[in-house]
Parts: sequence; structure tokens; C-alpha cells
Amino acid sequence: MAQVYVPDDPRVREQLEGGGTTISRAEPPRRRLHRPRHFGVIDLAVFLAVLAAITLLVLAASRWVAPLTPNVAIALSPAVLPAYAGYSLLRMLLAYLLSLVFTLIYGHIAATHRRAERVMLPILDILQSIPILSFLPAVTLALVAAFPHSNIGLELASVVLIFTSQAWNMTFSFYHAAKTLPADLQEVSTVTRLRPWRRFLVLEVPASMIGLIWNSMMSWAGGWFFLMASEQLTLGSRSFQLPGLGSYLQAAANAGNTGALLLGLATLIALIVLLDLLFWRPLVAWADKFKVEQSSGADVPHSPVLDALRRSALVALITRRVFRPLERGLARLLDRLQPLPGSAPPPAQAPPAARVPSLRRLAGWVLAGGLCALVLLGLAFMLRLLVQVPVSTWGTLLVAALATWLRTLAALLIGVAWTLPLGVAIGLSPKWSRRLQPVVQVVASIPATALFPVLLLALVALPGGLSGAAILLMLLGTQWYILFNVIAGAMAIPSDLREATTVYHASGWRKWRTLILPGIFPYLVTGLLTASGGAWNASIVSEYVQFNGHVTSTVGLGASIASAAAATPAPNFPVLLAATLLMAVFVVLLNRLVWKRLYALAERRFTLA
Amino acid sequence: MTQRVDRSGQDGTAPPAPVLLEARRVSKVYAAQGKQPRGVRPPLVLDEVDLQIASGDFVALLGPSGSGKSTLLRILAGLLRPTSGQVLFRGVAQHGPNPHLAIVFQSFALFPWLTVLQNVELGLQAQELTRTQRLRRALAAIDTIGLDGFEDAYPKELSGGMRQRVGFARALVVEPELLFMDEPFSALDVLTAANLRKELLSLWRQQKMPTRAIVLVTHNIDEAVSMADRILVLGADPGHIRVELESLPSQQRDPRVEAYTRLVDLIYRIMTSPQTDIETLLAQAHPRPPKGPLTPPKPARPYQTLPHVAISDVTGLIELVYTSGDREDLYQLGRDLQLEVDELLPLVDAADLLNLADPQEGDLVLTEIGKRFAEADVLEEKQIFRQQALARIGMLRHIVADLEQDEGHTVSEDGYLAQLQEHFSEDEARAQLETVIDWGRYAELFSYVEERGIFRLEAPETQEEA
Repeated sequence: MAQVYVPDDPRVREQLEGGGTTISRAEPPRRRLHRPRHFGVIDLAVFLAVLAAITLLVLAASRWVAPLTPNVAIALSPAVLPAYAGYSLLRMLLAYLLSLVFTLIYGHIAATHRRAERVMLPILDILQSIPILSFLPAVTLALVAAFPHSNIGLELASVVLIFTSQAWNMTFSFYHAAKTLPADLQEVSTVTRLRPWRRFLVLEVPASMIGLIWNSMMSWAGGWFFLMASEQLTLGSRSFQLPGLGSYLQAAANAGNTGALLLGLATLIALIVLLDLLFWRPLVAWADKFKVEQSSGADVPHSPVLDALRRSALVALITRRVFRPLERGLARLLDRLQPLPGSAPPPAQAPPAARVPSLRRLAGWVLAGGLCALVLLGLAFMLRLLVQVPVSTWGTLLVAALATWLRTLAALLIGVAWTLPLGVAIGLSPKWSRRLQPVVQVVASIPATALFPVLLLALVALPGGLSGAAILLMLLGTQWYILFNVIAGAMAIPSDLREATTVYHASGWRKWRTLILPGIFPYLVTGLLTASGGAWNASIVSEYVQFNGHVTSTVGLGASIASAAAATPAPNFPVLLAATLLMAVFVVLLNRLVWKRLYALAERRFTLA
Repeated sequence: MTQRVDRSGQDGTAPPAPVLLEARRVSKVYAAQGKQPRGVRPPLVLDEVDLQIASGDFVALLGPSGSGKSTLLRILAGLLRPTSGQVLFRGVAQHGPNPHLAIVFQSFALFPWLTVLQNVELGLQAQELTRTQRLRRALAAIDTIGLDGFEDAYPKELSGGMRQRVGFARALVVEPELLFMDEPFSALDVLTAANLRKELLSLWRQQKMPTRAIVLVTHNIDEAVSMADRILVLGADPGHIRVELESLPSQQRDPRVEAYTRLVDLIYRIMTSPQTDIETLLAQAHPRPPKGPLTPPKPARPYQTLPHVAISDVTGLIELVYTSGDREDLYQLGRDLQLEVDELLPLVDAADLLNLADPQEGDLVLTEIGKRFAEADVLEEKQIFRQQALARIGMLRHIVADLEQDEGHTVSEDGYLAQLQEHFSEDEARAQLETVIDWGRYAELFSYVEERGIFRLEAPETQEEA
């Protein structure tokens, strides 16, 4: 759901992507490889990290296979925090891996099969607009039923829920990159007859790497946002609780234990900052070689952690002894499995060869038929549920949708009102943008949901109660996308244009109208689009809040969905489905009618260079 | 008078070298996207091209843009499938990419995320080799092409010339029987290109590479004459082979030799006179018997095709010819303007189309109108241009007439685009319309609102304000 405007012009893109994480270094990092390697502190650190990871895995595994404990008592002592943080991290990691695998498979198929593309893209568009909590009842009930005697089902449900908040934008990004591969590189791959798997790994994945990493960072932020929702699942009269940071925060809030709440929050922020430092920065620095443009930029992203890892003797040893042989073995296996393209006998030669495609076509038809039947069955099932929703309820839902829409609009307006001047001020000053952009990135990925309990106490007391407070809660979750994009946009305004406006004495409002607003327009639209989607999604957690053991809610589509999912004694599936559909329709319509058009306008009229 | 480098090691009296690659009546039609109006044939890129490449051949494909030379190369390589006709390798019909062939690209086509060594090794992935064999061959190729010491560098660390060396190493490492080059030197600066050409030729002549034939696509006449043994000049609309010329013996390939200048001049003349019968052109030149059958001139495309040039460039061209006395050699013009022939040709086309100048026997001669045009000041210049454009360009006339008839003096572009699409591919139709818009705006015949895709007769207020 989250994205950053990526301009087509490689130079602008480079400036943008380099901007946040850049410390220029004349010497390319590659040279440092040749230093003699000795075991040192770094290797000890790597060793300890691996040890910690293994311990975490063992701990988690023993919890997973343990008999089903739907309601773990959440301890509030600080001593449990490391383990809880570990559990949450592991869930996020698994969900992310799932998203990655899904992205590569789904994106690859959609980009290479034209017929599949026509179905897969709209599906992705719809999936993207379905709020995570609408998946909750079905996913949870199915997985818990599948593993009735262990915690695996419950843990998987949590992982799948996080997955639904991470996967879609990554898939879109990969699909777009795989769809627009450089033509000459494609021709080289064909002429050198690369096997499909090698073509995928040498061409498709690297060419999409940078966009994929940026979207991955956004996806992680999205995942943290729904951390609490994914660790505390309330389904009718049944409620499930998983040990983790999210449920810790929730439990602390419920108990009114401010000290524990702040401690949990600090742990979460520390976790996010550490991840940024130890994982994303090195990844961005490493991925610099995947830039398609061939110029050697002076500003190369740089990460001390990556340098340390590259220097580490232990890492080198493991790479040489474990990964390289593994890689080679795998390559041999895949080579044997996939025939060389073009080595198949020409079709004129053998009549049986002509029958194989027809068999394949038959299989295709059978598959398509099966899929159609499934879709029809699903539609019929949906219709049966939907006819149970009385007309009056539809009316209520429509009113609720309008209320939520107004709230998202208000949130966007407030967001623009404060981020626009600030973002432009930061972006136009090289000094501040260099310093603040990484900070904004980290701040943006701190989940606003974790702050809700703290803020709610104050906000509910305000006039308007939760109805007004929900706007602020949405704002908390989405304003960063706008700010981030506005900063990027202001940074991308060419300095010659800025100098020209100074020379011709355009200042104040005229400067804004002629230079700044048009210059950042594509970025602003991207930020607003992302924020709008985020606000709709956030409505579920901001219009319906459980706090201190009782429920506060207001009129809104998010509240309708959340309350339908939490209805006692069983989730109200017809209303849940109706409300979800309504929200998907609203989001898709808004995207089509407003955002896509603005985006097209921005691409056509307001792209620099 | 030919002195081919014979790959078989025998002299010229030997039986003809075996044919490696052959194209038989190869045609290519633009993939018609969307519905084509009935009765309208989709535009042809290549029209029944026949071509043979024998062992020992170094063939240059030379032609203006739009003559389909890159398309022909890709069909020969098996990257594109011909709409009709077939390609045979050693007498066997080809389907899909030819494994005995490598291509060097204009853009180098290096994987930015792979090192020089990895890029070169990539070519060997399709061959059953052990890791050490692969490494040894890749290092040998890198050594041959003069890239020693750069094995671990990434392409972005290299200069353009070094990058293309990697391109050559990647092609040569597979020991291809056929080496295809798609304008391999045109992205390089003059000195680097000359250096690389020389090195490639010495590898080829001294048989340091196992390649049996080379096909070079280029728009640089000097490059074709100085490198290739056979030169195929392609014509456009639709792409076809206009003539096949034998190049000079290698010791005569020197700009200081008269035969060289004559051949370059002849090719220049052929390329700048697309409508003239090829026999006439050859007769005018020093009697050099063309090799192979001549293709009769194709009927001109019935629909007017506009060259995509900016009017200011045409103005510049006319003024340059005017200062050199109303007449100038095209080859000299190209040198003066530092334009390749396929960059100069559209300008000449436009001047011809507007009846400002006439190409005559390799010269460009100003017409009376052209002289007035060159002498005119800015406003007069526009006046003349408007007259000529209206008189000579059907589409502009058409649009202006429609605008005058329309009550609101506003017309949508859609009709014209549809009309163009009956004669051009989708992209080309769009490009044609854009040229029409550009010229019409310059002539102040109409204004055009891009967002809505409409033409308007009167100038918008903002223009007057400015």
C-alpha cells in the first residue's frame, strides 16, 4: 500500500534514492575486499547474532508445536520483552518471506503471460484495497481448524495477516520492473540462450531489485502498523492472544500500566531502528550495483555494517564453504531440469511434438475450467451471504462509508497542511534533507497503532469523542507518506529552475505556484494516493478501539468491519462481507476516478526532465 | 577486382565459399495492434528480402532509418520471426535464436550488476562446460580483446570504449560462426571507435577469431566502406535491398585513395536519392559493376510521409547551402554539419518536400523559393513556410480546411490519427501526427491543446499575452 514516487529519469531517481542514505566516499567499497582477513570482533558479533537467531528459532519452534494455548497470559515484566520482541520479529520475517515468494511468483507470471496478466492485475488491485482485518476471521478460523492441537495454526494466522499487509505493493513493484526490462538485455538473454531460471535470476530479479527493496521497507512499516491487530485476534466470543510485542502493548494499555506501555514502545522503536541499521541500510548499499543506468555516481550509499560484513573472515568462510557449493549444486540441478531454450526439435520434424502442445492446451483448459468453477462457487457463496444482509443495513453501511470517506479526506487535508511547508523547507535545504530524511524514514515506520492507547486517553475526552479522534489516529498512520514524498519531490527540483525563479524575482506565492507546486506534484499525488489507501485501512483500527477492557466505537465503515468481526457469539459474516466489499469498491473507485487520473496528469504535465 | 580474405585459406580461384546463412523472401509486417480497417494492408517493414551470407563474408547493411536494417538483423539472428519467408542456416530452416551466432549491441547491453568476467561468462552458460573450462575461456577472451586487469570491474566503472570491448569479448567467447554487430561503434567517440574498428579488423583479417562471417549494421558510410567486403544498401518504405556493392580491396580502403572517395560518394548519392532509379545512379558513377541482382525500384508509398525534423534545422540547412552559393555537395554538407547520412537525409527530404531545395546528383540545389526563404527575415520566413506547407502537405491542408468549416473552429485529432493508422504503424502514425502538429504550430496555422488532443484555429489568449 505504501509507495514512493519513482521517476522514469534515472538521474532523478538516483538523486532520490541516494539522497536518504548517502555518505559520499570516493573509494569504492569493493576495494576493501582485498584486505587480509583475520578473525576479529566482527566475527564474534556475527557468531553471536547467528547464535541468537538459532536460540530464537528453537524457542519459537517449541512454542509452535506446544498444545494449543489460545489465550497466553501476557506478562508485563520487562524481562519478557526480548523474547516477545523476538517472537514478533520472527512473525514479521516469516510474513515477509512469504510476501517475497508470492511477489516473485505472482509478479513473474503476470509479467510474462499476457493472458494471465489480464486476470491477475485486477485481482491484485482488489486484494490491495481489502483491509487486513477483513481477512482475519476466515484466515484464523481456517488455520486454527487445520491445526487444532498445536499453536502452529494460530501463529500461521498471524503470519498470513501480516502478509496481507505486506505483499501487494511489492508485487506491483516487481511486476512493473519485470514488464519494463531493458530491451537489449532481453535480447542478450535470448541470444545467449539463458535457461528460464537463469534469466529470472540474472535479469528479472536484479533489474527490479531497487524498487523491490524500497517497497520492502514500506511493507515492513505496514506490517508493524498491524502488529497489534495481528497478535490479538478477537473472533466473536473466541479470542486468541499470541505472545509478542503487539499483545504486550495491548495488555499494558488494558491494564493501564503506563510504565510497561512506554517500555514496550521503546523496545519497538529500538527494534525498528536496529533493523534499519543492521538490515535495510546494508541492503540498500549492497543493492546499489543493481541500478540500471551505467554512470558511476559520486554519491554511493554506504553502510558500515555492510563493510564490516564484507570484511568478516567468518562470513567469507561460510560463503566459500557453504553458500558457493550450495549455489553450484543448485545451478547444476536446475540446469538439468530445464532444457536449453531452442534445443527442442523443430516442430516440423516430429508429429508427436505437435500433439504435446495440444495436450498442454487441454490441461490449460481443464485448469481454467476448474478455476472458473471455483470462482463461480465463491461468487454463489458470497451472494448467499449477501442476501442475508437487510436493505436497512446496506443503508447504514453506506452512511458509515461516507463518514469514513469524510474522515480520510480530513486526515489527508490536515496531513498536507502541515507536511507541505515543512517537507518543502527540508527538501530545498540540502543540509537538512541529508540529516532529516533518514530520521523521517524511521519515524514513518514506527507504527502509529502502538501510540493509540497513549493518545486515546487524551483524545476521547476532546469534543467529538472518537469520531474526531479517529481522524487524528488515521493522520498519525498516514501523514508520513505525504511528508516523505514531499521531501523527495522538493529535493528533485532542479537547481537551474530554482536559480531562474530567484533571478526573475519570483517569490512567495508566485514561487510556489510556478515552481514548487508543479515540481512536487507527482510526488504529492503519490504520497496522497498511498496515504488515502492507508487511511481507509487504518479506519478499522481507529474507529473501533478496545481499551481498558471496554470498546469505544463511532460511525464508520472501519467500525462496521471491526465490530462485525468481533460480534458475539460468532462473527457476523454477512455484514463483514458486505462492509468489506463496500470498502474495496470505495477504494478502487477512488483510485480509478481520482488518483489514477491525477497520476496520469502528473506524469504528462509535471514531470521534470 | 575483389580480394576477399578467404577463411578457407585458399586463394581466390577456389570454388565459391559455402553459404552459411540465407534469407529467402523474408517479409515483416508491423504487428497490427487493435483492429485494422478492412481492405487496408498493415504497413510492411521488410518486403521479400533475399540475402546470402557465405563463409568469409564481411557484410555491411547500410540504410536510412526506417529501412528495417535492424529488423533484418534480428530476423537473421532468430530474435524476430519473419511474417513470411524463412531463414536458413547451413541449409536448415531456423526456428528461434541461432545458437551459432553472437551479437554486439549499440548500447553494449551489459548487465550492470555483473562484473566484466561474469558478463563474459554469461555467454557460455548455454554450453556444456565445467567451471574451470568456462573460466579459462572467458579469461582468454578478455585477454584477446585487451581487457586484462578489468575482470572484476563493474561496467559502470569502465569508459564507453572499454564497455564495448566487454561486449565484443562476450560475443567472441562463444566462438560464434556468425558475428552480428548492430551499430557497435555509434555510441563511442570518434577516436575510440576508430581504434576499436582497427583492432576488430586485425583480429578478423589475421583469423584470430573462429568467426566465419560478420554482418555489420551501420548508418556510417565510411565505416561500411572501410570495413566490409560487401555493402548492401537498403531502401525504406518498405525496407528492401536497393543494391549490393562490392567494396574495395583492403589496401585501397583509405580516404586518401581516389577509389575510396568515389565509392563513398556513390553510396552517398544512392542514399540521398531514394526515388531515383538505381541503374541511373550507377551509370553516373565510375562504371563499377554491381554484384548480384538489382532490385527494381519500389513504387513510392502512395501516402505522404513527413520526415520527423524540426523546422529550425531545415532553416539552418537552407541557409548553409545559400552561403555556399545555392548549391552544395551532400557529402560535404554532412561533414560540415557533423551529421550522419541518416540524420541529414530527413532534413533534405523536408527541404525537398517543401520545395525549398532539390537534391540533384548528390548535391542539394536551392529552388527560387528556397533562395527567398534564405534571404527572408523571421516573419517573412514564416510566411513562406506557411505558404509552402499549405501547398505541399496534404494533412495540414486537410486540418485547416476542417477547422475553417467547423463552427467552433475546433477539431479533435482522433480522425486524423485513425487516417494515419491506415498507412503507418501505431507509433509511426503518432509520430507523423506530432510532426504535422509541430509544423502547423510553427506555420501558425492552428494551435493544439495537448491535454485534450484538439486543434483550434485561433491562437490562444495566453500566446498573445506572452
